[in-house]
Amino acid sequence: MTVEIARHRGRPRTRDYIGYLIEGFEELRGDRLRADDPAIVGGLGWFRGRAVLVVGHQKGRTLDEQEVHSWGMAKPEGYRKAQRLFALAERHGLPVLTFVDTPGAYPGVAAEEGGQARAIAETMLGMARLSVPVIATVIGEGGSGGALALAVADRVLMQENATYSVITPEGCAAILWRDAAFAPQAAEALKPTASHLFELGVVERVVGEPLGGAHHNPEAAAASLGEAIAEALAELDGIAPRERRRRRRERFQRLGRWSDPELPPGTLSLFGGYTAG
Amino acid sequence: MNVTVEIERRDSDPVRPEWACPLCKQPARLAEVRADLMVCPHCGFHLRISARERIRQLVDEGTFRELWTSVLTLDPLKFTDLETYPERVREAQAKTGLSEAILTGTAAIDGTQCVLAVMDFGFMGGSMGSVVGEKLWRSAELAAAEDLPLVAVCSSGGARMQEGILSLMQMAKTSCAVDLINEAKSPFVTILADPCTGGVVASFATLADICIAEPGAQLYFTGPRVIAETTHEILPEGFGSAERNLQLGHLDAVVARKDLRVRVGNYLRLLGGGEEPDRVTTTGGRERGKGGMAQTAFGRAKALAAYARRPFVGGDREAAGEAERPAAREPSP
Repeated sequence: MTVEIARHRGRPRTRDYIGYLIEGFEELRGDRLRADDPAIVGGLGWFRGRAVLVVGHQKGRTLDEQEVHSWGMAKPEGYRKAQRLFALAERHGLPVLTFVDTPGAYPGVAAEEGGQARAIAETMLGMARLSVPVIATVIGEGGSGGALALAVADRVLMQENATYSVITPEGCAAILWRDAAFAPQAAEALKPTASHLFELGVVERVVGEPLGGAHHNPEAAAASLGEAIAEALAELDGIAPRERRRRRRERFQRLGRWSDPELPPGTLSLFGGYTAG
Repeated sequence: MNVTVEIERRDSDPVRPEWACPLCKQPARLAEVRADLMVCPHCGFHLRISARERIRQLVDEGTFRELWTSVLTLDPLKFTDLETYPERVREAQAKTGLSEAILTGTAAIDGTQCVLAVMDFGFMGGSMGSVVGEKLWRSAELAAAEDLPLVAVCSSGGARMQEGILSLMQMAKTSCAVDLINEAKSPFVTILADPCTGGVVASFATLADICIAEPGAQLYFTGPRVIAETTHEILPEGFGSAERNLQLGHLDAVVARKDLRVRVGNYLRLLGGGEEPDRVTTTGGRERGKGGMAQTAFGRAKALAAYARRPFVGGDREAAGEAERPAAREPSP
């Protein structure tokens, strides 16, 4: 089902979409501290005639490629590369487009000891701070914090067959059912599908794919995606930079479900949407 | 006869004569351990403590005013694993006497007024769901609006899986909350207590101005078991411990429990800037910025809650708290 399409080996990756949607892409590598992580690709290019920054997880297709790119599982150096590129975009007023496609952050000793936790946290905070338009698209697997690190955006789009989840079905089953074999039940309970995430307000738009999935016609899939991104960008252009940052915060403030009988229904903020003067 | 008396005493007397440290296995009187703030008197092992106990230890006596107890858990995914989500929540409430995995409010720490958020690992592993995210957000908002520092004690296994993607979104929400207090230049200090892992350590917990941990606390995003299963690497000695994290440069300090109140108090005074406050004359709490408002933060918050009427812009009304199908009853106090 969906998880399998999202993980399909032939599914277009970030670089494929860059190829279809971005002209004159100039890749920018390295975190400027110690390494370059091939699990995250970033650079500048022209989207429909406009200079933009693109950052995305990169999975490989062949086994060799997948190994080079660690299956799209980024290490701290990958997230720090993303951070420095976001800062670059902010400095020069370039819109940021991100593509999310990862099973999760890299689960290794060196990554952990290199500060994986804070690298993810800082990337999210770095995105929250931006005043330029930020559009994230989940194109394959949106796995946990490793995915969210590139998705603190003004608009989050999601391809029809992509998934986005707090944990893999296998991981969830291992913890809550104490047996990874219950992955199908966990997938059912977690509801990681685009349509459900749209209902919850986690994504603004579900982008259609060719029949059977994006891998059946990558060019058509890219065309739909380009259209959706262009529309989101046009909307965001109409908002003042400071306001964009405030509204992005507000977007994430709304994400959650709780009850509070003491607050009047519809109340968003205790302080009328406080922002520092 | 004697035997019977002893058994009865064990069952009914809260001060059990014998206690053994889970680490060094040495026995001690529980009263002695309690007096040492739940730290082993022999080896210094820091036991996990509840949020209420933490508050008792950390803040100036009688200064904690709890806020937002009315924010209660819902079951947006109708999630069922081996039990339903509402059942799990009710069990956790019965076990801990808390409504959720975080307590929030205002307090004074070594004389400095602050907003305080304390997580409780005993409540579903301190997992972060919508309620934890919302109460943390409100804490940040109060700190920003009232020019108060925010202190958070973090202890969590990560995301609340039963809330699915919405629990993941709390990482982004709490990171945005940090952006809010950073913008307002309110000091932000976090204390990481055992264990602090997953989505919490990869969001607001490590984004503080000053981030410290208790000795021996386990801190990691990906745990040893998952690493062993996926990359089959050998874990180095002390992997994930507070001490190793300090060496690796991920923490400002490792601070023993008995020193926390004074150290955090110092941080708050220093981050407050300006001249060194006179410790003798500021026992009632130092006032930041707008002068006096800190004292009345509790009252202000209630008043503001009453008149804030900010409708959603095309948003989801349920998210604001229409009490649809509450997963939880009011906990007994």
